[in-house]
Amino acid sequence: MLDPEQGRGLAGGPAVETRGLVVGYGREAVVSGLDVVLGRGRSLALVGANGSGKTTFLKAIAGLIAPLSGSISVLGAPPLAQPARVAYMGQFHPSSFLLPLAVLDIVRMGRFASLGLLGKAGPEDEAAVREAIELMSLGPIAQWPLSALSGGQRQRVFLAQTIARRAELVLLDEPAANMDAASRQGYRRYLQKAAERGVSSVVATHDIDEAMACDQALLLARRVVAYGSAQEVLTADAVSATFGLVGRYSEGKLVVMEAEHGHCGEEGAEDHRHRAIR
Amino acid sequence: MLSFFVSPFAGNAFMVNALVAGVLVSVSCGIVGTFVVLRGLAFMGDALAHGALPGIAVALLLGLPGILGAAAGAAAMVLGIGLITRRSNLGSDTAIGLLFVGMLALGVAIVSRSRSFSGDLVRILFGEILGIKAGEILLQLVATVLIGCAVVLFRRPFLLLCFSPEQAETSGFPARVYHGIMLGLIALTVVVSFKTVGTLLVFGMLLAPAAAAALFSRKVGTMMLAASLLGSLSTYLGLLMSYHLGIAAGASITLSASAVFFVLLAVARVRAAGQGGSGAPEDGSPGEAAEGPGGEEAEHA
Repeated sequence: MLDPEQGRGLAGGPAVETRGLVVGYGREAVVSGLDVVLGRGRSLALVGANGSGKTTFLKAIAGLIAPLSGSISVLGAPPLAQPARVAYMGQFHPSSFLLPLAVLDIVRMGRFASLGLLGKAGPEDEAAVREAIELMSLGPIAQWPLSALSGGQRQRVFLAQTIARRAELVLLDEPAANMDAASRQGYRRYLQKAAERGVSSVVATHDIDEAMACDQALLLARRVVAYGSAQEVLTADAVSATFGLVGRYSEGKLVVMEAEHGHCGEEGAEDHRHRAIR
Repeated sequence: MLSFFVSPFAGNAFMVNALVAGVLVSVSCGIVGTFVVLRGLAFMGDALAHGALPGIAVALLLGLPGILGAAAGAAAMVLGIGLITRRSNLGSDTAIGLLFVGMLALGVAIVSRSRSFSGDLVRILFGEILGIKAGEILLQLVATVLIGCAVVLFRRPFLLLCFSPEQAETSGFPARVYHGIMLGLIALTVVVSFKTVGTLLVFGMLLAPAAAAALFSRKVGTMMLAASLLGSLSTYLGLLMSYHLGIAAGASITLSASAVFFVLLAVARVRAAGQGGSGAPEDGSPGEAAEGPGGEEAEHA
């Protein structure tokens, strides 16, 4: 598979490039044949059901797991080589949070990558933290302990931490899961603003609308179902194949009736259940 | 009345030494214990403490300083747990549990070869705080300063580890390296504390004050400070009890630490009930309440 965007954003070298990549855990491959080229300021949606390999691929780009074979280049270097330029937001398990930390403290941790062990936080760091807090509308609860927040509020805090990094590439694993409509809007605004600034993004999602807003889409179902520009790739057939859906046509739209889930009980699984696809 | 609280320490050098040693143990346990509690490493701390036992026993039989043996034992424990977790599909709790009883049994087996079996075993497990010497206090001081410096130096990666090891990793702080350093600090605390409160009871000092501090603290730094102070208070109360009631000092110190925890837990419960469900508001109400719930009260600092 070649560059789906005919060289857009590739002038300074790609933000992410993978060749013949196989990712998985231990010796077991989850997805193989990942050939992706993402330019600067461009966005890529990883679309698939739970267990489809979205998170695995994202973790490989972040450098949290080593590729089983093939290569990954992130901003021209191996993953993890430039922590201050790449931000990763994983899925969190809120039950483990008895941390005595306020929202502000959590967002400030986003600056640690550029501060290193002992660097002193300066005005630029504070500005980045303030901007992230404003973008995610966390101002009124900035002094609250994390333990007092709802799931959706926490998700906003984690996203603000990622934003505060001011990275050139952001890797987001279902960032909008748990968020209410207003927060989702804040998140969309951020993505738009980030793209204008030349920030590239890779977003794992169940949400077809969210994926549609990206430049590229990669559909995964423990294999590459389709890869290309989001508008072309997110067709009814491809999405059905991705989610293992049973659909029916109703008034010219595909209505999804049922989906296979890798795991149960995860939020967001409902998102694609009754999604109309034009 | 005053003499009840002061006289045990006034004329008795050994009581003063015990207090100083106990406070130093409390400070290092307060700092390290904060991470043990926040990261859920309690079982690991316990295992490290028991892993030290066979090391001390061997050192004792060979006539070497016990502290060397303790360090070797703790190091073996850390390596052993890492090895088992990596090489098998078992969770680290199973690995720790197996090593933990194995090392304990080995320790007892070795000590049983010693001529004064029960005396040695009791001293290792429960410490001999009333017989602490100046040199041992100095060592404790050095270790405490070292632990304090390490935590200042590594505060960012440690904080990230508490939050999420993945975030530590992607922020340029290799999680495995800093996890290892953290375990090393726990081991150091255990090793230098064994003379004071013993390998069995050091675990209580590692957990109880930090857990009590966690009930009220809203900053990690505050939690460390509060844990150190609560530990020191427990040491004082424990020594006082030991003196007046004639009970074993190491045990009465750990007993006080546990009691302090449960008292504060009860206070926290009563307070929470008093606030009557005025918890966090639901999501999607950004205009609501510019101040946090719970308020600023009861910072133990």
